Amino acid sequence: MSSTLSLTGVSRWYGNVVAVNDISMTLGPGVTGLLGPNGAGKTTLLHMMAGFLSPSRGTVTLDDEPTWRNPDVYRRLGLVSEREAVQSFLTAYEFVLASAKLHRLADPAAAARRAIDLVELESAQDRRIGTYSKGMRQRARVAAALVHDPQVLLLDEPFNGMDPRQRLHMMELLHSLGDSGRTILFSSHILEEVEQVSGTVQVMVAGRLAASGDFRTIRRLMTNRPHVFAVRSTDDRALAVALIAEASVSGVELDRTGLTVRAGDYGAFTRALPRIALQKGIRVRQLVPSDESLESVFSYLVEA
Amino acid sequence: MSTITWITARGLFGRRRFLLLLPLPLVMLGLAVLCRSLGVDPREWGPPVLVGLGLAVVLPVVALIIGTGVLGAEIDDGTVVHILTKPLPRWQIVLPKLAVAAGVSAATVAVPLYVAGVLADSVRLGLALAAASALGALAYSALFLALSLVTRRPVLLGLVYVLIWEGLLGNFVSGTKVLSIQQYVIALADRLAPSGLLEASVSVPVAAVMTALVSVGFTVLAIDRLRSFSVAGETS
Repeated sequence: MSSTLSLTGVSRWYGNVVAVNDISMTLGPGVTGLLGPNGAGKTTLLHMMAGFLSPSRGTVTLDDEPTWRNPDVYRRLGLVSEREAVQSFLTAYEFVLASAKLHRLADPAAAARRAIDLVELESAQDRRIGTYSKGMRQRARVAAALVHDPQVLLLDEPFNGMDPRQRLHMMELLHSLGDSGRTILFSSHILEEVEQVSGTVQVMVAGRLAASGDFRTIRRLMTNRPHVFAVRSTDDRALAVALIAEASVSGVELDRTGLTVRAGDYGAFTRALPRIALQKGIRVRQLVPSDESLESVFSYLVEA
Repeated sequence: MSTITWITARGLFGRRRFLLLLPLPLVMLGLAVLCRSLGVDPREWGPPVLVGLGLAVVLPVVALIIGTGVLGAEIDDGTVVHILTKPLPRWQIVLPKLAVAAGVSAATVAVPLYVAGVLADSVRLGLALAAASALGALAYSALFLALSLVTRRPVLLGLVYVLIWEGLLGNFVSGTKVLSIQQYVIALADRLAPSGLLEASVSVPVAAVMTALVSVGFTVLAIDRLRSFSVAGETS
């Protein structure tokens, strides 16, 4: 059974500083990235989701049960916090086994071994965590959070301190967890990470939810921003002349690599281009939207 | 042994801070042995060593170091999150930690106090001191454990209670003695083994009831505070 995490009108303030401002969202199965610059309120939001902070206003529920003051939600929820504190005097196996026992699992030893396998830490499992690298400690913490096979996993900046190989492995792990029907939310301030792991994002800026959904769709909905396309054809100059006459095109740039076209209306332009090419007898070799990366979406949102 | 007890004990003995516990009881023991071997009259060295050092300093300070450490150290370094993200009723976290704190404090203090009591007077006084200090260790531990959940500076506040409230104000304002765990321990020990070495300033019923009240009250407070324990975001 999959679980749903719902936030309704959630705000959190400290004195007169508003950290999280009226956020509503519903998270279902799959991987969602929580993206925002440092200080946007991501950690505060995650802590409220995980039941470690009471919302000043609004409600946070996991399958209709509040997460605040309700330890029972941890049967279905796992958290990997940003602070990488672990009992460094324990070995990874002891640490994960302790988690399994605290969850009162039927076979804690088997669960601990399975979780350690999942994060590929078997070879180091009998060493004290104090001797680990940052990435290994992070994996030990992920194993502890996964030991009870939770339906919902929240991770705060999970890729911090990982080397590229560990990062790739963690991304694959999150993917496979999401594909198997679990609800995964991870926060990050690094665009490439979010872009590689998940298409669905929740973008936070200054405590508010600036956008949510698939970031390519979000980009297309930003109609006040011209869309940028890279176009290559058999006759770039003739195509440029014809395109500039189109109402949907607001600018064309010509250089050695081809055309850069700015279009105010995404739909009108993508319909006009084949028609013009056909009329002029020009063959279009390439049409690539060049600002649908999460980075451009994000910078538009942050600037807005 | 429960997992919480096991982690707490390993955390306690695994930190260097634990070594801080040893000198104080040893100093008290050393003084008692020294006085006894030099043939000093127990009525002269008994009260300052047993009460002035043992019950007024060693017991509360040892209980302070341990009591604020069993949960406070985990709150400080953030590892408490691992325990809190488990589907455990919060009393199942507080009680094992209190048991470890009270047990280790009692063992650390009661043994040297027993020996010092025997050297000063009799086995009966030794046993009375050990039993009363074990009860005192429980009350202090409950207080300091709760303090580590109520304030970010539990050690400082604990020291203020021990040194200023119990140590200083107790000498000038007699009313403060009614709210002094140290006085309960003295009253209980004196009741168990009247020796003339201990001077009780609260009645035995008051001491017994207050020790129970402090132990239960602060434990309940700690459980309630842990239920609504907030983790502050570091980046926001």
